[in-house]
Amino acid sequence: MTSVLFIEQLLNGLQFGVMLFLMAAGLTLVFGVMGLINLAHGALYMVGAFACAAVANYTGSFWLGLVASLVAAAVAGAVIEILVIRRLYTRDHLDQVLATFALILIFSEGTRWLFGSFPLFLNVPEILSGPIELPGGLFYPLYRFALIVIGCLVALGLYLLITKTRLGIQIRAGESDREMIAALGIDIRLLYTIVFALGAALAGFAGGLVGAIQSVQVGMGEPVLILAFVVIVIGGIGSIKGALVGAILVGMVDTMGRFLLPSFFQLFMNNSDATSVGSALASMLIYILMALVLVVKPKGLFPAHG
Amino acid sequence: MVKFDRETALNGFIAISLLAIPFIAIGMDEPFYVTLATRVVVFAIAGVGLNLALGLGGLISFGHAAFFGLGGYAAGILASHALNYEPLMTSLFELNGTTEMLIIWGVAVIVSGLAALVIGLFSLRTSGVYFIMITLAFGQMIYYFAISWPAYGGEDGLSIYVRNKFPGVNTLDPINFFLICFVLLMFSILLISVLKNSRFGAALQAARQNDERLSTVGIHPFKIRLTTFVISAMITGLAGALYADLNRFVSPSMLSWHTSGEIMIFVILGGVGRLFGPVVGAALFILFESIFGGLTEHWMLFLGLVLLAVVLFARGGLIGFVAGRARHG
Repeated sequence: MTSVLFIEQLLNGLQFGVMLFLMAAGLTLVFGVMGLINLAHGALYMVGAFACAAVANYTGSFWLGLVASLVAAAVAGAVIEILVIRRLYTRDHLDQVLATFALILIFSEGTRWLFGSFPLFLNVPEILSGPIELPGGLFYPLYRFALIVIGCLVALGLYLLITKTRLGIQIRAGESDREMIAALGIDIRLLYTIVFALGAALAGFAGGLVGAIQSVQVGMGEPVLILAFVVIVIGGIGSIKGALVGAILVGMVDTMGRFLLPSFFQLFMNNSDATSVGSALASMLIYILMALVLVVKPKGLFPAHG
Repeated sequence: MVKFDRETALNGFIAISLLAIPFIAIGMDEPFYVTLATRVVVFAIAGVGLNLALGLGGLISFGHAAFFGLGGYAAGILASHALNYEPLMTSLFELNGTTEMLIIWGVAVIVSGLAALVIGLFSLRTSGVYFIMITLAFGQMIYYFAISWPAYGGEDGLSIYVRNKFPGVNTLDPINFFLICFVLLMFSILLISVLKNSRFGAALQAARQNDERLSTVGIHPFKIRLTTFVISAMITGLAGALYADLNRFVSPSMLSWHTSGEIMIFVILGGVGRLFGPVVGAALFILFESIFGGLTEHWMLFLGLVLLAVVLFARGGLIGFVAGRARHG
C-alpha cells in the first residue's frame, strides 16, 4: 500500500462526505424548522439526477443539466410540500413516515414509467475530465476534486445564508419558536415551502453532481437517504453544523473502512477470507460508529435543541 | 374480559373467511389461491408482531424487516446445511442443520429475539424521530451484511429445495402448510390479546401515553419497552421463517427497508393497535397487489396513492372504519 493510494482514498472519503452533506443538510433543516421526518428526500435526489441526465443528454450541456437538477428538485419539493407535506406538520411521526414512504413509491414508479428501468448515463463535462496534479505529484480525477470544492462552497453559502440573511434569521426563528414568528407577521406557510424547496434543491443538486460518476437509476436515492439519516443521527437532528461534521465522518469512515479493513484482516487470515470478512465488516462500520456515538451522546454530537 | 362488540364480531368474521378461502379455492380447483391465502397469513403474522410494538407500545420501528429476514435466513441456513449434509460447526462440538420446522421456528424466534435485544438496547435509549431512523439504520446494516457476506448466497439469496418437515403432517400439500400458518397466526393474535389485557400490557400502554407517570409508580419504562420490542421481533421472525418455507427461497430483499415499509403498511391499512388489523391489512395488500399487479407493472404507484390517501384522510384503517374508533386512544 502506497501513501499515494492512501491520500487518494482520503480524498474519495472527503468527496463522499461532502456530497452526503448536501443530502443531510436538507433533511436536518426540514426537521429543525418544521419537525418533519422526510423519507422522500432520496426521491428528490433521484429527481435531480434524472433531470440532469435528461437535459444534459438532450442539449449536450452538462451545465444546463445541473441547472435543471436544481430547478426540477426545487419545483418537485415545492409541489409536494403544498399538496402533501403541509398537511403533515401537525401529525405524529408515524403519519409522516407513512406519507413520505408513499411518496417514494409514487416517485420511484413514476420515474420508472417515464424513463424505463434502464439506467441513464451522464458524462463528466469536457472541461472537468481528466486528472489534476496535486502538490506532491499526486494525480486525482479533476471532477471528483471539483465536487469537493463545490460541496465546500455550498456549505459556506448555506452558512452565510443562515447567519447573515433575512431568510436565515427567519429560519432560525422558526426553529426556536414557530408561533412567535407567525405572530410577528411572517408568512410561516411560505417560509415552510421555501425551506422545503431549498432542502429539495440541495438534494437534487447532489443527485445531478453524483450522477456523472454513478449510473442514474430508479432507487438510487435510497442508499444515500439512509446514509444521510445516519449522518444526522450522529450529528444531532436539526443541526447543520452537526450534519457537516457527521457527513465528513461517515464519508471518511465508510471509504477508509472499505479500503483498509480487507488488508487489515490479511495480516492474520488468508486472502479470500480476509476480503469477505473485511468487506462485510466495512459495510457495517458506519452503523457501528452510529451506535457508539449514541452510547456516548444519545442526542448526537451537536444537539440542536437543548 | 372479552366483550362481545362490533369489533369482536368483525374479528370472528375475518378469521372464518380467511380460513374458508383456501377450501373454496380447492373446491373451485384454483390451488394458486391457497398460496395467496398463505401469503396473507404469513404477512399477517409479521404485522401482528410489529403491531405489538407500534400499536400498543407506540414504538415506530422501521427496522422490522431485519427480524423478518433473520427468521427467514435461520430457516434457509439450517435447511441448506441439513440438505447438503454439512455440519453448521465442527470446532467445539458438531452441530448439524435440520429440516424440522419446530426446531427451525425455535431458532428463528431466538435469533430475531437476540437481534432485537441488541438493537433495542441502543435504539430504545432514544425516542421519536431518532428511534425511527436508528431502527431503519440497523435494519439496513443487516441488509448490507447479508449482501456482502458470500457464504449464504450473498446478493443471490439461498434456495430451500424441499419444504421443511412438520411431525405427522405432509407440508408439501399447500393446504396443510396453510393450516400450520393459520394456527400460528391465531396463536400469535391470542398471545397479543392476553398481553394487551395483562398488567404488562397496561404498563406498556401507560408507557406510550405518559412516560413520567409510569416511572413515578415505580415501573421502569425502558424495560417494558425492551421486552415488548423483543417479543414483537420474535413474532415477526417466526413469520420470516414461514415465509422462507412458503417461497422455498430466502434473499436479502426480505431484509430491505421496503419490507419494513410493507409490514408497516399491513398494520396501517388494517388499523393500528387493532388485534385483527394486520390480518385485514395484509389481505388488502395482497388483494391490491394481485388485482393491480395484473393490470399494470406500475402497481406500486397506485399503492403509494392509496397509502397516501389512507394516511391523509382515513386514519384508523379499515377496522376503524367498520367498527368505529378504538375506545382508548
